[in-house]
Amino acid sequence: MKCQQCDNQAVFHITELETGNVREVHLCEEHARVYLNQSEGGDGGDPGDPGAGEGKGQKGGALSGPLGVGQTAEDLAVLDKRCCDMCGITFFEFRNQGRLGCPHDYLQFEKELDPLIANIHGATEHTGRRPSRAVPAGVDAASGTDGLTAIIGLRHGMKEAISREDYESAKETRDAIRGIEDAWMPPAAKAGEENA
Amino acid sequence: MRLDTLTNSIGEWLRGTGPDSDIVMSSRVRLARNLAQFPFVSRATEQDRAETERVLRERIVAVPVGQELDYIDVGHLEEIDRRFLVERQLISREHADAQGARGVAIDRLEQVSLMINEEDHLRIQCMHSGLDLHGAWEQIKVVDDQIERVVSYAFHPRWGYLTACPTNVGTGIRVSVMLHLPALVITRQIDKVFRSLHKISLAVRGLYGEGSQAMGDFYQISNQTTLGRTEDELVQQVADVVPVLIDYERRARDFLVRETQQNVHDQVSRAYGILRTAQTISNEETMQLLSRVRMGVLLGLIGDVKIADINSLLIRTQPAHLHKLRGGDEDTSDDIERARYLRNHFEGGDSSRTITN
Repeated sequence: MKCQQCDNQAVFHITELETGNVREVHLCEEHARVYLNQSEGGDGGDPGDPGAGEGKGQKGGALSGPLGVGQTAEDLAVLDKRCCDMCGITFFEFRNQGRLGCPHDYLQFEKELDPLIANIHGATEHTGRRPSRAVPAGVDAASGTDGLTAIIGLRHGMKEAISREDYESAKETRDAIRGIEDAWMPPAAKAGEENA
Repeated sequence: MRLDTLTNSIGEWLRGTGPDSDIVMSSRVRLARNLAQFPFVSRATEQDRAETERVLRERIVAVPVGQELDYIDVGHLEEIDRRFLVERQLISREHADAQGARGVAIDRLEQVSLMINEEDHLRIQCMHSGLDLHGAWEQIKVVDDQIERVVSYAFHPRWGYLTACPTNVGTGIRVSVMLHLPALVITRQIDKVFRSLHKISLAVRGLYGEGSQAMGDFYQISNQTTLGRTEDELVQQVADVVPVLIDYERRARDFLVRETQQNVHDQVSRAYGILRTAQTISNEETMQLLSRVRMGVLLGLIGDVKIADINSLLIRTQPAHLHKLRGGDEDTSDDIERARYLRNHFEGGDSSRTITN
């Protein structure tokens, strides 16, 4: 299928869900980038069906609306290339897929996600239930479980060390991972593993 | 667990019991949760997925979550079995169609389902028959608390529970009711009702249909936002609107009986007649006709059929259930087999005979 804006192959197939209407847009990568940057508002997100098809609607409109405000094309191009230190997802990949790559993205892209989440939920502060367990000693509670999510980046580092045959570094990273895992392991899970 | 053992039973939520179960088929609450130490599913490597599945499976099986759970390895199921679980609403279509390590833990009553590696690492669901959102919420809280004792959910003090899609962040809760609204459909008031719901940030979806297309006048109403309000407030948001919808549907049913009784009786009787005599019938037509018959039973126009039986047929005439019920005989088409199953069912006279648990 050809891009609706040029003769290139369409590689982005975006379904816009508007009140009562479904509109399909087929674009090449370049025009998809422009479209996602420029499209406005959206319907505040598509939370999806709690059963079949849950939450799988494309979020093009909702994800792109507030991001374009006050930003030049150059700013957006830079923003789209930014990637998560832990899972490596780029902001453009997130906007295209509508799915984040790991829990750390909420901190990595906090500034960009803030208006987006406000647009979807009309709020940016969680007021509901919280895990009853405290974070391990020495960990800043304000960053939530991000200290444990750091393992995702360490695993990448360990794989890279192994691939370049730097086994000393790989061993150190592995020990660091084990230390974090041990510190965060819930007591009940620890007891379960010891009994197993 | 052998799925064949489920074939001859129906889930607790289909029993047609509970408050207002003439209109509210079921009440459901689900929570989206992720483990802090792994990438979200769409970004996970095969190894990450396998490890996430292992950690969750081992720990969930080891802790008491209030009821005994059976674990099904969805990644190694045949397609027909995955469809079967979708039809029973124990897993989503996406979970059925996904790749890699994934599974579902369910309790014997099919009230609790824990999907591992769907869009989020863990999707906890509790489903009750009739209007019982608060009961489903109280049950899911216990399950969530028990699991939280043995895993570290990804959480941030400001954003709440962190989910793969920002539309679920915060509470990660989706509260929904499945409603049977045939009279609002017949009297052409349904669109007006849905427009009103949309204005107060509630989503409406058709059951089994694609997108918003409903099959058989069954609709699901759910909250759209998950952040900025407590779980209790979000449960209440849906709970508040249901009595209003029940009232609209009851008034529409009364109107039909009062003003067009002969016409309604004719429609219901024809639907019942087709279901009892058709030689070939599609899934869609079956749903539509069962919907009409269900309304007929509730209006007292059909006397010898039980609501639980109709609810059961809505599931058992789906393709994967039919396939299992006929024992994998591929010689006949689904539509012929469906018609045969319906004829046998209604000719049997004893409408409770297909429900064995």
